[in-house]
Order: sequence, then C-alpha cells, then structure tokens
Amino acid sequence: MYEIRLHSRGGQGGVTAAKMIAHAAILDGKYATASPFYGAERRGAAVVSFIRIDDAPIRIYSQIRNPDLVIVLDASVMETVDVLQGIKPGGTVLINSPHPVDMQGHAVSYVDLTAIALSLGLVIAGSPILNTPLVGAMAKLGLVSVESARLAIREAFGDERNVQAAEKAYEELKA
Amino acid sequence: MLMVATGNKAVATAVKDARPVVVAAYPITPQTEIVEQIANFVESGEMEARYIPVESEHSSMAACIGAAATGVRAFTATSSHGLVYMCEMLHWAAGARLPIVMANANRALGPGWNIWAEHSDSLSMRDTGWLQVYVGSVQEAYDATLMAFRIAEHDDVLLPVMVNLDGFTLTHIMQQMETVELGDFLPPCTVPHAIDTANPGGYGTLTPPTEHFKFRWDIERAMRDSVGVIRETEAEFARRFGRQYAPVEEYRCEDADVVIVAMGTLGKEAEVAADVLRNEGIRAGSARIRWFRPFPAIDFGDADVVVIDRDYSFGSGGILAHELKAAGMAPYSVIAGIGGQEVTYDDIAGFVRNRIPGGEYWFGVSD
Repeated sequence: MYEIRLHSRGGQGGVTAAKMIAHAAILDGKYATASPFYGAERRGAAVVSFIRIDDAPIRIYSQIRNPDLVIVLDASVMETVDVLQGIKPGGTVLINSPHPVDMQGHAVSYVDLTAIALSLGLVIAGSPILNTPLVGAMAKLGLVSVESARLAIREAFGDERNVQAAEKAYEELKA
Repeated sequence: MLMVATGNKAVATAVKDARPVVVAAYPITPQTEIVEQIANFVESGEMEARYIPVESEHSSMAACIGAAATGVRAFTATSSHGLVYMCEMLHWAAGARLPIVMANANRALGPGWNIWAEHSDSLSMRDTGWLQVYVGSVQEAYDATLMAFRIAEHDDVLLPVMVNLDGFTLTHIMQQMETVELGDFLPPCTVPHAIDTANPGGYGTLTPPTEHFKFRWDIERAMRDSVGVIRETEAEFARRFGRQYAPVEEYRCEDADVVIVAMGTLGKEAEVAADVLRNEGIRAGSARIRWFRPFPAIDFGDADVVVIDRDYSFGSGGILAHELKAAGMAPYSVIAGIGGQEVTYDDIAGFVRNRIPGGEYWFGVSD
C-alpha cells in the first residue's frame, strides 16, 4: 500500500486534488481511497487530506500516520505544521516551490505549481488552482499514469487549461 | 459503470437507480450531500421523483409515511439530531408497516456539539421496529441501499429499513464504486394495505388492549421472517451482480482463538488488525455485524470475543456488547470511536492483546 498525506490550506483545492489522484489510480486499475480530514476548517486554515493506493481493496479508514509521500501544496503551512511527522524512512516530499527545500535529508521533488496556474490564468476567487497541475506532478513521480491523470482531471474540470497545467507540471518537476 | 464517489454520493446514486416516487428530506451534516445530490437528480430530470423540502425531520418522515401509505416507494436521509427529532414518526412508520428506506449518517449527539461518527443515534432507535444495516465501504453503501428497498417492500417484511454509514469516515471519503443495471431486481413497490379511495378505511385508529399486542407481535413475526428475506436478497444480489454480502461478514474466523466484533468502518479496520495479530502468531478474526436488526445468530465457539462499541448505554454498557451477552458470550467490551475518536488497526490489535474476558475498557479513558 502506498500512503500519501497532502498538506494545504482550506480553499486551495486539496480535497479535489486527493479525489483526482485517487481517481487516476483507480483508472489505472488500482484501489484507492481519498479521505479528507474534516475538522473545524475554514478557508485559509491548514488542512490535511489522505490518499491510499493499493492493489487490493482498502480496509483502513483511520488517518495516515506513516506516509510514503508528503505533499506540501502551500509551503507556509510548515510554519505551524510539522509536515514530516511520521514520514516513513526513505519517504519522499513533493513541495509546491520554485526552488529546492531542505527536508531533513528526505528526498524532495519540487515544482512551482503556483506559477504554472498563474501563467495559464487558472485562478478561482483570487486563488491559483494548484490541484490540477499537482496531478501532473504525481504522474511524473510514476504514481499514476499520464493518461489516467488526464482523464481524472477532465472528469473534475471542463476547462482544458487544467490538463495543460498538469502537462507543464509533469515537464517542470525536479527531483 | 465505474465511478469514484463518496459514501453519500453512493447512497444518492442508489436512490436514483431505485426510482422512488417521493423523497422528503431536511439537510444535516454529514448527510446533506445525499439529499443535495438527489435534489440535483430531480432538478436535472435524471430522477422523476417528487422532492419535498420540509421544515424538519419530523415532517420528512411524516411525508414519507404519507407517501408510502398510498403505496409508493419513499426515501429520506438524516443523521444524529435529525434522527432523534423524527423518533416519534419512526415508530409510526414501522407500526403502520410501511416499507420506507432511510439513510442515516451515523453521528454523535450533543452537547457538546460534535459532527463526527458515532453509533448512538441509530442505536437509540433500536426498538422502533426498523431494520438496521451498517455498511463498511462506499460500494457497500450503494449495494445495501438498493437491497434495502427490496427487503423493506417484500410481502413477508413490510417494515422500514435504515441504512447506516459512518459520518465523515464513510460519508465523505472517496472510493471506487460499480453501479448496476437493476433490471427486475427491484420490482415495482406494492403495499397491500395502501390507501384505496375506492375502498375507504381507517388508518392509525384507536387500537384497544384486546388488539394492540397482536399488531406488535406481527411486527416481530415480520422481523423474524426478514432474516430469510435478507439472505435471499443478498444471494440474489450476488447471483446477478457478483458482490457477496452476509448479515455478518466473517474474516479469518474459522480457526480463530479471538474474534473482534464491530460495526461500520471499524469493522473493516478490525480485519487489518486481525492480519497484524496473525503475523504475531495470535489467531485473530473479525466479525463485522452488518444487520443489527434483526440481530443475526452468531456463534464463535470457544473463541474469546472482543467487541468494539462506538456507542454506550449509560448506566449499563456497550449496546453491541449487550447483544453478545444476550447470545451467551462474555466479551471484552471496548468503547472506542466515540464522537469520531481516532481508532487505528494498531489500536484494535492492542485491545485484543490486552483483553480481559468479561471486562470493559474505555479507549483513551481507562489507562
């Protein structure tokens, strides 16, 4: 089982990101669960979502304690949240950032999702759309196939610029 | 068709496929997405039902009672405070022998205000005469809702069915789900005692002490008959659509020295706990109670039993634990998951390792 914890802020589309990633994995023939943690979140608060991907039906409903991958959609959450908490030895971090970030020796991939969204004019209510380019980055990491990523994005959003954003993130992701 | 859906969307999709004539509902967290989706289906023309937005849950059940009394399929959904607010009408629905189906998103009752998973809401409605099923996955939420209509409307049952799914833990998580082509799996709803304006009669009239007990015994007779109807329906569902269900989902119980009994998502998590324990050499199994009413016949031989209650009867004990005690067992009663309390498979494995037959343990309190 591959376990992903996604850190973002309320309103950044973290829940939909988790759904699209799970959907893409399911289209690849795997089993997946996307489970946002619902607390007393408000727009702008630090929030967390969980994604599990496996070859067998998933029977675990509790939160992910030891993720294989930590995604940081908004680096500012690191001021208040220990995003590395419980990460597996050898676990990796994917961060929305224009430059590499030191993550206590963990392997880090980075891509500027915000710049990609802004360059394509993908903005809702003043906030850049980060989740669709994120799905492209997941494909680059090999967690979902490119074709399934495209399908999952198109199912969630009609605007083809979202697929373009994912393709751009796929090209620009650096490890 | 393959979909990715939340537990709520699974229920709404099953209701669309079951084609009720009337849906009357009032929104409440974490159920709201169910009735929102159904309202969308009706608005878009995907569903032909009459959607009645009412001013309270008491009225939503009253509207369903009125609809079902005319002989048509009726559905509603609620949760927690909404469920207990319609308590009076739950008794009327069962007493009038109306095959209404309701989804309940299991949620704690206040105060303090808590919107997370707990089974106290539905279990406090235990004695209303409703059948109750508890589901453990998005797919099962869809499948059980479809089967609920067929079971409720069966001539030998004619009792309402409550489909329970854990608030947030299941209502708001997304998994894959296959919808089915129903065909004639769900025949048109017929209520033999439906209101017939050509043949007027009285409904819910004064029933004297010489008669009332006969009607109550008739509910119990239908409950007993429903055991066979549930089995037949689940077998027919498996034959047509390939997915197998049973009143109790047993996992690695055959040779088990200890069996974990739970309901809902904790019952699925318990399967993983059984795997963890087996890897340590402890022969554990999991028995997930799906149908709580009618309560299934269970027998785990000489195995120890660890029962997890996401509920409590104050002054007495865990409600599921009581059922096992009534079946002659001396379970280790664990109270865990109250108000959405986080419980992992490792925690459950710990309950099993530390079990004291006949004892009670409140997770997070007793230590």
